[in-house]
Amino acid sequence: MSAADSAKLDMQQFIELESSKSMLKFITCGSVDDGKSTLIGRLLYDSQLLYDDQLEELKRDSKGRASVEEEIDFSLLVDGLAAEREQGITIDVAYRFFSTTRRKFIVADTPGHEQYTRNMATGASTAEAAVLLIDARLGVSTQTRRHAYILSLVGVKHILLAVNKIDLKDYSQELFEDICTDFDEFAGELGFKSVCAIPISALKGDNITTLSERMPWYRGMPLLTYLEELDPQRDDSFQFRFPVQRVTRPDLDFRGYAGTLAGGEIAVGDEIMVAASLKRSRVKSIVTMDGDLPAASKGDAVTVTLEDEIDISMGDVLHRPGEPLERSNQFQAHLIWMHEDPMLPERSYLMKIGTQMTSVQVTDLKYAIDINTSRHMPATKVDLNGIAVCNFASAQAIAFDAYKENPETGAFILIDRINNNTVGAGMIDFGLHRGQNLSWQSFEINRESRARMKHQKPAVIWFTGLSASGKSTIADILEQRLAAQNRHTYLLDGDNFRHGLNKDLGFTDADRVENIRRVAEVARLMADSGLIVMTAFISPFRRERRMAKEIVGDIDFVEVFVDTPLEICEARDPKGMYARARRGEIPNFTGISSAYEPPERADIHLDAGDRPAEELADEVLRQLQLD
Amino acid sequence: MSTASHIHLQRLEAESIRILRQVATDFERPVLLYSVGKDSSVLLHLAIKAFYPAKPPFPLLHVDTTFKFKEMIEFRDATAERLGLELVVYTNPEGLAANTNPFTHGSSRYTDIMKTEALRKALDEGKYDAAIGGARRDEEKSRAKERVFSHRSGGHVWDPKNQRPELWSLYNTRINPGESMRVFPLSNWTETDIWAYIYLQDIPMSELYLAKERPVVERDGALFMVDDERFPLNEGEQPEMRSIRFRTLGCYPLTAAIESTASTLAEVIIEMRSTHSSERSGRLIDKDQAASMEKKKKEGYF
Ligand SMILES: Nc1nc2c(ncn2[C@@H]2O[C@H](COP(=O)(O)OP(=O)(O)OP(=O)(O)O)[C@@H](O)[C@H]2O)c(=O)[nH]1
Ligand SMILES: [Mg+2]
Repeated sequence: MSAADSAKLDMQQFIELESSKSMLKFITCGSVDDGKSTLIGRLLYDSQLLYDDQLEELKRDSKGRASVEEEIDFSLLVDGLAAEREQGITIDVAYRFFSTTRRKFIVADTPGHEQYTRNMATGASTAEAAVLLIDARLGVSTQTRRHAYILSLVGVKHILLAVNKIDLKDYSQELFEDICTDFDEFAGELGFKSVCAIPISALKGDNITTLSERMPWYRGMPLLTYLEELDPQRDDSFQFRFPVQRVTRPDLDFRGYAGTLAGGEIAVGDEIMVAASLKRSRVKSIVTMDGDLPAASKGDAVTVTLEDEIDISMGDVLHRPGEPLERSNQFQAHLIWMHEDPMLPERSYLMKIGTQMTSVQVTDLKYAIDINTSRHMPATKVDLNGIAVCNFASAQAIAFDAYKENPETGAFILIDRINNNTVGAGMIDFGLHRGQNLSWQSFEINRESRARMKHQKPAVIWFTGLSASGKSTIADILEQRLAAQNRHTYLLDGDNFRHGLNKDLGFTDADRVENIRRVAEVARLMADSGLIVMTAFISPFRRERRMAKEIVGDIDFVEVFVDTPLEICEARDPKGMYARARRGEIPNFTGISSAYEPPERADIHLDAGDRPAEELADEVLRQLQLD
Repeated sequence: MSTASHIHLQRLEAESIRILRQVATDFERPVLLYSVGKDSSVLLHLAIKAFYPAKPPFPLLHVDTTFKFKEMIEFRDATAERLGLELVVYTNPEGLAANTNPFTHGSSRYTDIMKTEALRKALDEGKYDAAIGGARRDEEKSRAKERVFSHRSGGHVWDPKNQRPELWSLYNTRINPGESMRVFPLSNWTETDIWAYIYLQDIPMSELYLAKERPVVERDGALFMVDDERFPLNEGEQPEMRSIRFRTLGCYPLTAAIESTASTLAEVIIEMRSTHSSERSGRLIDKDQAASMEKKKKEGYF
């Protein structure tokens, strides 16, 4: 056999061997200086993945670095930027590739420094597993929690908790177990599929590729073996999703749609639907340069042609008729903020989701998350590295899935309009107008027809003002006047809400927002049924009133500001609430211990003061101009 | 390739295709940096695949330093011809007028003028807003840090400490006027992946990668091919014929060869598996100074 022939045989074996290896993407994360980069360097070194010249360079560079008494500073292998080497910290993610006889790995070494959390999130977004390091001397820190939280948020399911620098703590079993307990205490609710803890010394190489003799008490696997054996349990149960990236039109005879399957699979002959237009067709061919394919599945980059000429362009998403995406211009999402300029609700950002791009604005910053306690906190902005839950409204309706259902179709980024920086990363929880994806089912009986039968134009009349300002009294008289004109009305106020639909809600900020949301949703349904709806709630915050207006949507929304001075309200005090609030018995009482934000431009502004309620109700009636 | 046994390469291929399509969709004047080497060849192959049955909607750009191997230039022209693609060749006119060469100017200054500055000028003159290159993260430690879509401010400056976060496969392709993007579809490929893919897809390669008798001189233990009469020979130095091949391709006076008898692709790959040095060890420019690649990249080098 010639050299060429035997090489060919070897080659066949080599390629077979290589392609039989599975692949794992993981990251290292944890607080600053916990030893992440050292660990990766150590892994590369111990698994003999360094070339001679790289090793030589490493030894040369390690000289004169006071940080280690050892011969080699392993972190230099991954900290590739000059600034990183000077400061001895990691600033940005490094992607390293290595393989053992059993598996190929892509590891992203991420920075621990809080300032660079966005780069950690970058690494985490594509990882299947994470090695979360903890310095044995310091235990669980804020940054450990932050990283664990982000891991859970972006859906990393498998955590290897590496308790590092155990060499500096006499390889203490007790300490190791204490740290594990601390971690379990807060990580329990983060929803990881597996958490495995290993005591290691990245510097000395204990429990990295082989079990360390210095910790006979440890009965688990070395770190590398764990990574080789971890089953990432990839979820393949996605529905077919095909975001169109390009329309391919080389000549008049060919019209194809190029894209990468973001979920499921599709075969020639299958029926598809376009998420926006709801047009249907069938797959005629699946084209690649290597020949047409009978079928394609998640992750494949293909070009699809259809049986029918239907209008499809970049940004459209194809799905199967029975398996629609959500489609809405409003949705709730978790947001990680990644820029020094804070996220402000009134600001408009560009949003990229799959191949779709639109502008978007936060309509309701529901709460920020305190990563130390996982508690919800009221917030008016989101600062760098902050995490929050927000409602968004986009200029155009978008097609999406919840991030939990499919990260490919549920993840988005926000881009600053001026400097084009990537400023935020979002994960959609759900759409807000759940009805909207059914709006194509045109019902015979609709709002117009129902309103016609009542001979009126539906509206929502939203009263706002301090407690005891006279909202309910005025609304009540207004309802009598309207009834006298044969109009069909309904009045929603605290009494019929707090004791029924909303009796599960308290008075925290979050509950107050939810209270208003429900009121607005009910008002919308009632108005949709043809009624003129009045609501009488303090609704002290502009943001909530704006949300209410957005929920009510294209139905007439009239904001009525009952502007009664605080002294007068307090003097009236029908239920003795102001007195109690003054004594400090009621926290968050509007006007006393919590702000009332007056409308900047109410549709109707009632200078209430001491004018009689009848007069005020008549003024509203006059200004309403109901035909 | 369409068999299930090469899932890993299939995934890499699909990822690269997606990136290439994204460039074509989001930029007005993209260009593919074609440097004739193995990575460029894979990149070009992927570009053809990405837009099939249409042609890639961008031209190829080659920065010719005038010291490329002759065989590279022939291969380059033949490839553009075979694929029917527009090829733009650029040489820095000032550098050419000053007869800039690695022998009298030194490798570092020569590279600055004929490669880095030339590339900047070529991109400016062509008004290209996105330059697609074949760099891989496994090549070098500063490359390991770079984004797939790597933003360049005016003057082609890379700010490695301040890169845009790049989550999932949601690439931010937005730039302001005067800025540009470098795009690296092969970011996640390793050298092994490249060779395996070339082998499986039967991608045409320059013969320089295969061992053959070529005229060489040995300097400081490194072998250099004497590709033409411009190579200044030292006193008593005589080119001798030795069986050599190249692991990367660049300017012939700056690219060291390895002694080898591997004359088929399979042999090369098998030989590569037992090598003890990295592919960049054959390139002189990386060694000139510590962190030199990062510095060059900041200045606009690929
Ligand atoms: N004694 C001891 N020192 C260690 C160990 N692991 C890392 N170190 C030292 O801890 C310091 C920080 O290590 P790095 O690997 O740079 O830490 P890092 O987590 O990558 O830091 P950032 O990326 O900046 O967050 C260096 O001086 C290491 O030598 C260990 O297991 N034992
Ligand atoms: Mg580090």
